[in-house]
Amino acid sequence: MDETVAEYIRRTVLKIPRDEIKMMLQKWGFLSEAQLQTLNFHQIKDNISQEVVQLCEENSADIKQAAALDIIYNNIHQNKRMWTVYQMKKSGEELDYFDITDFKKKFKRRLRSALKNVTITFKEYEDNAIWIRVAWGTPYKKPNQYKPSYVVYHSQTPYVFISASVLKSNLPLLCQALIVASNYHDIREMELRSHSLNSLKDIVFKRYSQNFQTYTSKPLQGENVEPENADIRIVQENRSEKERILRLNQEVFGSGPQPKLEFAQYRLETMFKSDPKMDVLNKKEPFRCLVKFSSPHLLESLKSLAPAGMADAPLSPLLTCIPHKARNYFKIREKKGLCPESFVSP
Amino acid sequence: HLATSLPLPSERDHLRPRIDLVVFIIDIKSKYSLKNVETSLAHVDASFFLGKVCFLVTGVGRVNVCSIEMNAVCKLGETYCSPVLFCELELEGIRNATAQRLVRMLGICAGHTPGVSALSFVSLMRKSDDD
Repeated sequence: MDETVAEYIRRTVLKIPRDEIKMMLQKWGFLSEAQLQTLNFHQIKDNISQEVVQLCEENSADIKQAAALDIIYNNIHQNKRMWTVYQMKKSGEELDYFDITDFKKKFKRRLRSALKNVTITFKEYEDNAIWIRVAWGTPYKKPNQYKPSYVVYHSQTPYVFISASVLKSNLPLLCQALIVASNYHDIREMELRSHSLNSLKDIVFKRYSQNFQTYTSKPLQGENVEPENADIRIVQENRSEKERILRLNQEVFGSGPQPKLEFAQYRLETMFKSDPKMDVLNKKEPFRCLVKFSSPHLLESLKSLAPAGMADAPLSPLLTCIPHKARNYFKIREKKGLCPESFVSP
Repeated sequence: HLATSLPLPSERDHLRPRIDLVVFIIDIKSKYSLKNVETSLAHVDASFFLGKVCFLVTGVGRVNVCSIEMNAVCKLGETYCSPVLFCELELEGIRNATAQRLVRMLGICAGHTPGVSALSFVSLMRKSDDD
């Protein structure tokens, strides 16, 4: 077995948390049950990984199998990576029957024709997701297995989720291979990024709880604002205001859990508006400014702002449009025309 | 009665008893909180400021997230001649102790303690070198 492969397997096993190693090796299926029985999972990880490499040596593992193990690890720990969403466009309305073998063949052929030194691995999952792992090399160097790119493609949708490696220069090549293989004619990067892959899928596949406009003159249940406060000696003076805020929040965010995003970034290219007497920034140049909201769970925290009294309801549409517009990176420019309002660029 | 700001909603005017003590709660972590109190103060009748108003500053246990100037709060107390109490509502012990203090003050303001009236608070506010 190649030394680099052995080292790669050893490092991959070291990454896995100790209580997950057995499960992942079983999922991998490269080592037999008998071999797995011989492993002692109660020693330090260093030793476990050495033993695994030993067993792989017996089975003559090559880079393909090692890459398969890496995909399994990254599929389970997908939230460690930052994912960007891409949307593909078809030129016409042709309904192509999707053939997975055809897709893989075309993808590999396209990539390999441009770059000989690549390692390409595929894995299909039950939720119709195709995971692709690509390790990149150069015409003179073997692929760097430690900085691969991952692509998740749901064949029935035009969306692709890419977690690129640091080497951004390979991205155009990757995108080209994807559209060729999937019979689309164009691909564009959406301004939507997050660590939580499932939440990104929820947003673009519209699986989160949206609120549909239904006509109700009064709220359906007279929800008590603070049901645990049964003490009748406490009187809430602003009960109707609290109910209004809850109702508005419900209308905007829906009642289910929100998709998990960590950032919202707004790049402002608007004019600085000040009292003309103050003589600030007299040059008619846009005032460049970047506003970034970050949170472990951005949308849930936005949802709780108004009920917590920290912001007025309704919230700015710039914040609440994030799931509907499927983007969390915005560019705000001055609206050219009669009204100097800002508008969001496409 | 708990309210988020003043003036109180007028639709409940007929349900309200006499008001003996107004406590303005300022959260040290929020500039908005201080601003809200300052604007609400304008809606309080002047007669309340003879001992029937007090300021409660909460969140003092977390000085590292302090957003307002302590000077501003103390000056507020001086301007309106009302005591400023400090507490940390998130800790149960301090919360209970503060509640007991407020109830004691409320009792005096409502006239339940013979011989002591709300005006006593005002005289306690005067600095020792004022005379």
